[in-house]
Amino acid sequence: MAESTVHQSRSRDLDKLLLRPGNLVAPTFEPGAQLRDDLQEYARILVVGAGGLGCELLKDLALSGFKNLEVIDMDRIEVTNLNRQFLFRLEDVGKPKAEVAARRVMERVSGVNIVPHFCRIEDKDIDFYRDFIIIVLGLDSVEARSYINAVACGFLEYDSDDKPIEETVKPMVDGGTEGFKGHARVIIPGSTPCFECTIWLFPPQVKFPLCTLAETPRTAAHCIEYAHLIKWDEVHSGKTFDPDDPEHMKWVYTEAVKRAELFGIQGVTYSLTQGVVKNIIPAIASTNAIVSAACTLETLKLVSGCSKTLSNYLTYNGVEGLHIKVTEFVKDKDCLVCGPGVLLELDTSVTLQKFIDMLEEHPKLLLSKASVSHQATNLYMQAPQVLEEMTRSNLNLPLFELMGKVPRDIVHVTGTTSRDDKKASCLRKLCLVFKGADAVTDQDMAVGA
Amino acid sequence: MAEPKTKYDRQLRIWGEQGQTALEKASICLLNCGPTGSETLKNLVLGGVGSITVIDGSKVELVNESCVGQSKAKCVCTFLQELNDAVKAKFIEEYPEALVDSNPSFFSQFTLVVATQLTEDSMMKLDKICREANVLLIFARSYGLTGFVRNSVKEHAVIESKPDHFLDDLRLNNPWSELKRFAESIDLKVLDPVAHKHTPYVVILVKMAEEWAKAHGGALPSTRDEKKEFKELLKAGMVAMDEDNYKEAIEASFKVFAPRGISSDLLQIIHDSCSEVDSNSSDFWVMVAALKEFIVNEGGGEAPLEGSIPDMTSSTELYVNLQKIYLAKAEADFLVLQQRVKSILKRIGRDPDSISKAMIKSFCKNARKLKVCRYRLIEDEFSNPAVSELQKYLSDEEYSVAMGFYILLRAVDRFAANYNSFPGQFEGELDEDISRLKTAVVGLLNDLGCNGSTVTEDLINEMCRFGASELHAVAAFIGGIASQEVIKLITKQFVPMVGTFIFNGIDQKSQLLTL
Ligand SMILES: [Zn+2]
Repeated sequence: MAESTVHQSRSRDLDKLLLRPGNLVAPTFEPGAQLRDDLQEYARILVVGAGGLGCELLKDLALSGFKNLEVIDMDRIEVTNLNRQFLFRLEDVGKPKAEVAARRVMERVSGVNIVPHFCRIEDKDIDFYRDFIIIVLGLDSVEARSYINAVACGFLEYDSDDKPIEETVKPMVDGGTEGFKGHARVIIPGSTPCFECTIWLFPPQVKFPLCTLAETPRTAAHCIEYAHLIKWDEVHSGKTFDPDDPEHMKWVYTEAVKRAELFGIQGVTYSLTQGVVKNIIPAIASTNAIVSAACTLETLKLVSGCSKTLSNYLTYNGVEGLHIKVTEFVKDKDCLVCGPGVLLELDTSVTLQKFIDMLEEHPKLLLSKASVSHQATNLYMQAPQVLEEMTRSNLNLPLFELMGKVPRDIVHVTGTTSRDDKKASCLRKLCLVFKGADAVTDQDMAVGA
Repeated sequence: MAEPKTKYDRQLRIWGEQGQTALEKASICLLNCGPTGSETLKNLVLGGVGSITVIDGSKVELVNESCVGQSKAKCVCTFLQELNDAVKAKFIEEYPEALVDSNPSFFSQFTLVVATQLTEDSMMKLDKICREANVLLIFARSYGLTGFVRNSVKEHAVIESKPDHFLDDLRLNNPWSELKRFAESIDLKVLDPVAHKHTPYVVILVKMAEEWAKAHGGALPSTRDEKKEFKELLKAGMVAMDEDNYKEAIEASFKVFAPRGISSDLLQIIHDSCSEVDSNSSDFWVMVAALKEFIVNEGGGEAPLEGSIPDMTSSTELYVNLQKIYLAKAEADFLVLQQRVKSILKRIGRDPDSISKAMIKSFCKNARKLKVCRYRLIEDEFSNPAVSELQKYLSDEEYSVAMGFYILLRAVDRFAANYNSFPGQFEGELDEDISRLKTAVVGLLNDLGCNGSTVTEDLINEMCRFGASELHAVAAFIGGIASQEVIKLITKQFVPMVGTFIFNGIDQKSQLLTL
């Protein structure tokens, strides 16, 4: 009895939007009870990240009519999360974020099912991501965004006129915050710019030149980075610095203080040391709430069509007054990630091993340790070991044959590449064309006939 | 309780210990704890405000079945308390509208009131009560895919406005004697290449500007050609291609070309009538009065020096010495201003030491960035509309939808006053409600002096479709903004918004309207 009251009342506000026809809506909008029920029954949403944004997203999505949610996060709860990650309590410190967040939302919102995944995003098969209608990102790193973006764009297929095929489009909604500022964006691969098309929005972090740290320090941060990047290795040969070990952090702090005194530099504190070494981004509850709410609303609109969609990038800035701006960025038509794929012309005789070697030298790709898959088949996998052993024999076979002798097709490769001198996992879609293959297949067909 | 410092680390990096202390001292009152109200308060409880009082007369229908039928205020209060045991949380089961009428003095005990989902009539009454009692007030409302947030405070003066981008205070176009002398002591044509590429750009620019002025009758580069020529001279000073200090000097040369003296924003503040101080003046305006005196006397047209310099390519020794020179000048300026504050306090019959040294120091450091925000009474905004602004917004493509929502949010309250329900709130009367709402909109536009202006049919239809629904995602957005404004008002850091924020959930092109 009580339960049904809850259900009724929770959907009542939302019903107005989902059941009534409107004028300022998406062309696909079909209002009615069916739409509401489909949203609850079939719309599976993945939330990537269970931190400041992730906690808000799970709550907002659960209270916006979605009942099938999953969340993935590799982190455990820390005390410094508690000023904004409202699903966590002091007694939860040390537990996996994804698991606690899923449980708390399910306790508070009846009828919602949330599946937690306590692992790295790279640990999941690509196909894991295929199952969701929309992927919502609540992340704080460029690398992680880039990875999920490549996965989602990897599903995208183009028809022979280079038009995106509707069923292969996997939309993403992405949020990010820093202090009083944030952004929310909608990425529809093939139509709106993907994360990689507008990568310039996330300039790499400026690093201090080593010679400044070693020879002409001027600021407290220079002293801290000297202790962290130079002095640590000099003193602790072979032992890697662990930013989460308080003993290590205290050592860096003490050394930085000594160096600052030596040069007459002010301002080294323990808090600053942590901030510089861990590259801490200040974060508050209100901005996370604003950005997550915008992302949730866009998710609801994308799935239901009940209103127009953000096109395509919203920035929020509350530092001086309040500034909200919507910018319509345009797609980079040569984008390696969301475009029709990097075109590679190959001889039919090229072996898989030779192909993998080529990827490493290709100036646009520079992809090392590549694993290669074609449609649903793993042609070669670097890991895990079992798969490596199973696929190793393919290395000496011509790629053309492994791919079923088609003249032109898409393959997906994963591997590592370097961005701003940092190694990062990456996924690329390649469009392979085999030279002279048309003739070969024609001949084969003639023989067969 | 675990170390609060660690718990609040990520926000202490934004508003510091002082901001946190202000939050911990604040008592916040929330009117109506539906989604919008509870979302607002959730963000504040997490941040560690001192106490919250939740006022709501209704019973729970949603959230969690175990609470159904109980006082909504009590349930929300219990949930919020769970988030942070350092916050004192209490609730009163009463309808806010009734409290506004029956017990206006109730509100004077709070630092700030957040009033959510109120209609016009109660808003105007509460606004007057809070204004008189000097209590900060924020209105927030979610309504379908729209809503608004509006602050109401007589005056909010900010010393630590902490802008993102603000020109540093180097005085390259107006160096004082110590800085000049320091620059003179350094030879730009030093032969040692290591010393040459470690001469800080501040020294390079002060010397080059001085040289230029000598050759140009005391003037600095002002025309495009002169600026170009100045940069060429800088480039000619380089002895190697990799001299970052010279590259920085060329990039920073606009600081030499910048006009001397204070900004127009600051000029406006020192000429504000409040800077004529008396015994009723706030500490802020006493310091502004002292600043005004400083600028015309010791400052020679400039505000007190900020005293900090950005990092720049330099040898450690020159950089640290330069830092000391800026710091010493800032300290000297502070002492002068402090003296002026003391004599003004004495003159207006106050204890000369009644404004702390730390406060005056912060004022000097931020003198160029002061902000004063003022808000009209809601009643004034309604009865005395800014017709030209309204018309401008209505006809501006960027603003017309937000302005349409502003009109509609007010029209639905008129509608409700007439028909005891909001347009589209109940099924079955949608078509009738649309034409009734249209009539209400026309009436309101007439009353506002905007005859002839219209709100589009599409928007009116949408407003009826919304039917006064409070969607969670919209409530979380509106609540997020409201809580962020609370933080800015209470910490007295950053700049609160001035005007009415109108949320546009259709395409997210929300706007701030100054009316
Ligand atoms: Zn792209």
